[in-house]
Amino acid sequence: MRVGLFVTCLVDTIRPRIGFAAIKLLEAAGCEVEFPVQQTCCGQPGYNSGDQKSAKALALKFIAEFETFDYVVVPSGSCAGMIRVHYPDLFRDDPALLERFTAIGQRTYELTDFLVNVAKLAKIPGNFQGTLTYHDSCSGLRELDVYKQPRALLAMMPEVSVHEMVESTTCCGFGGTFSVKYGELSTRMADNKCQHVTETHTDSIVGGDLGCLLNIEGRLRRNGDHSTRVLHVAEVLSGLDKEE
Amino acid sequence: MQNTSINFKRQVTIKLADVRLQNALSRLQTRFVGGRSAVIGEINDLQETRTAAAAIRDLVLNDLEHWLLHFEQQATARGAVVHWAETGDDVNRIVADIAAQYGVRTAAKSKSMVSEECGLNDALEQVGVKVMETDLGEYILQLAHEAPSHIVAPVVHKNKEEIADLFAEKHRKPRTTDIAELCREAREILRPTFINADMGISGANFLVAETGSVLIVTNEGNGRLVTTLPRVHVAITGIEKVVPTLEDVTTLLRLLSRSATGQSITNYVSVLTGKKDHADHDGPEHFHIILLDNGRSSLLGSEMQEMLRCIRCGACMNHCPVYQNIGGHAYGWVYPGPMGSILTPLLGGLEAAPDLPNASTLCGACAVVCPVKIPLPDLLRKLRQRQMDRGMKSWQETLMLKAWAWLALHPMIYALTTKIGVRLMCLMGGKEKLLHTLPGARGWSDGRDFPVPAGLTFRELYQQGKHQ
Repeated sequence: MRVGLFVTCLVDTIRPRIGFAAIKLLEAAGCEVEFPVQQTCCGQPGYNSGDQKSAKALALKFIAEFETFDYVVVPSGSCAGMIRVHYPDLFRDDPALLERFTAIGQRTYELTDFLVNVAKLAKIPGNFQGTLTYHDSCSGLRELDVYKQPRALLAMMPEVSVHEMVESTTCCGFGGTFSVKYGELSTRMADNKCQHVTETHTDSIVGGDLGCLLNIEGRLRRNGDHSTRVLHVAEVLSGLDKEE
Repeated sequence: MQNTSINFKRQVTIKLADVRLQNALSRLQTRFVGGRSAVIGEINDLQETRTAAAAIRDLVLNDLEHWLLHFEQQATARGAVVHWAETGDDVNRIVADIAAQYGVRTAAKSKSMVSEECGLNDALEQVGVKVMETDLGEYILQLAHEAPSHIVAPVVHKNKEEIADLFAEKHRKPRTTDIAELCREAREILRPTFINADMGISGANFLVAETGSVLIVTNEGNGRLVTTLPRVHVAITGIEKVVPTLEDVTTLLRLLSRSATGQSITNYVSVLTGKKDHADHDGPEHFHIILLDNGRSSLLGSEMQEMLRCIRCGACMNHCPVYQNIGGHAYGWVYPGPMGSILTPLLGGLEAAPDLPNASTLCGACAVVCPVKIPLPDLLRKLRQRQMDRGMKSWQETLMLKAWAWLALHPMIYALTTKIGVRLMCLMGGKEKLLHTLPGARGWSDGRDFPVPAGLTFRELYQQGKHQ
């Protein structure tokens, strides 16, 4: 099957390795992966700040680039949720576009959801060794029901030991522009998350959304924790966590 | 109640630094989040029940005038007097008139958030009616001259030490921190109030159209005393609280108490129908019901109508990571948390509460637990959209959003800009690979470092064929 990789603007600019990790995993599951190079941002910053016009323009750009693929896979629950749940809502008053966005929405998946439920990845390429705790990012969890999928994949790695933190499903305080507009509040929420991470005494905190991971890592480092690794689940699963 | 939502950001700073408040809030989760999750599973068809509850609320809201008139007709037929109030001041005036009509000097009051909207207690004191709050939490707040910080647990921001200090000062008794003892102290003062009050004032959880009844759910028993002992009973609530039948109420009750306090059912469920009849042994001789609009009707038929489904359980705030960290007072008006962040701007004006719709990560925890399936994050987003459409956003934010969208719509320039941007950030991060300050994003960097980009974008690496 032909899969279009929507890599997300954060992965593109901040941690491209996650994109290559996603490709490696998708190929391991037998997919033919393409990265349409014109892609940019899903439009979520504007959408969540009330700028529907920009969000609609970017949604139309997205569909022009991805409509021909069998599936679209996104290494982020938040951007996948934008495409799957919110794009159709943006065009609810335009029956023709609504149909097209609903159709592509149904073919769009968060990475771990796709690997488990569609591609049925049988063998995990990575060989991560150590203990980790998993943070459930809000959009993936509540919009796409991503909870068991990353855990199921990690459970296939013999030398990975997952120790659940308390309140793994509580928001880390990122929230996109919220993290800058309400920095103090956002930092406190990140602090609570960091405390729960630290209490697990694991080597790494792993999640499926780079935004949340940057937020958690930023607070851990500011608090003087330079040893806990902060990794995207694709990095762990692919084995690319080791490459510099 | 005065709306101070405009000071939200300043309040957040104060509340985050308030150690006592933070300790009090940490117990909220155990008590309410834990409480709900322990009993909500008793409803084995939970999702269907939520859907049914939402449908009952929608049925009423889609034809509210009809149901209100039906309620009025039934209530009047049973001897109640129904009053319509457009604003909080109208409520205050109506209650004052009723008090004057019956020569009321003292009023015993059970919990009512709608009366907080009106500032009823102050208004009654001004016309010489002494008002005594009889809900334990509200009684404590009346002594402390404070506003409720939660719609179900009004005094959740205080710990027992603070209450012990307050009681010792006001009751002039030896200080005790024993909770049973504190309750006994309050009870000794409140009992004569019920017996001596000329008027009882209550809220209403539901108005039952088929019987004209006012239904209230309480735990302390004060609600039943307030509504049956005094010779006059005045029930005050919002126009949206009407429900067609008692059967419908039972569906909502299954969800309300479990969502609110983690109880399968509250200690008291009082269905108050009509005034005292000659065959009755107790009950008020005069029963008045005041229905407040205060902006609610303006939501009917609008994209915000779903907010009127709310049955005031408080689950959204209990589960909100923002509320959990700042408590209710920071929101600045009667209703805090997610439901308050929507109701406050809708009832009091968006310009008076510009932060409230934005101070949320849209994490969605509220929508998952809402018993009547209000899409709270969607409604918050719609308010943000109104702010954008009406030019209420700061020019900096608008510029940033527009600039980002423009870039994202121009892939070539986007690729070039991000290529330069990530190199700069990478250089600035040095060996540590961390940025300690982000110009233009101090909100982030005051509390967090920023892990630097890898230096090359995915786009560049992909095109260079690193993948092959």
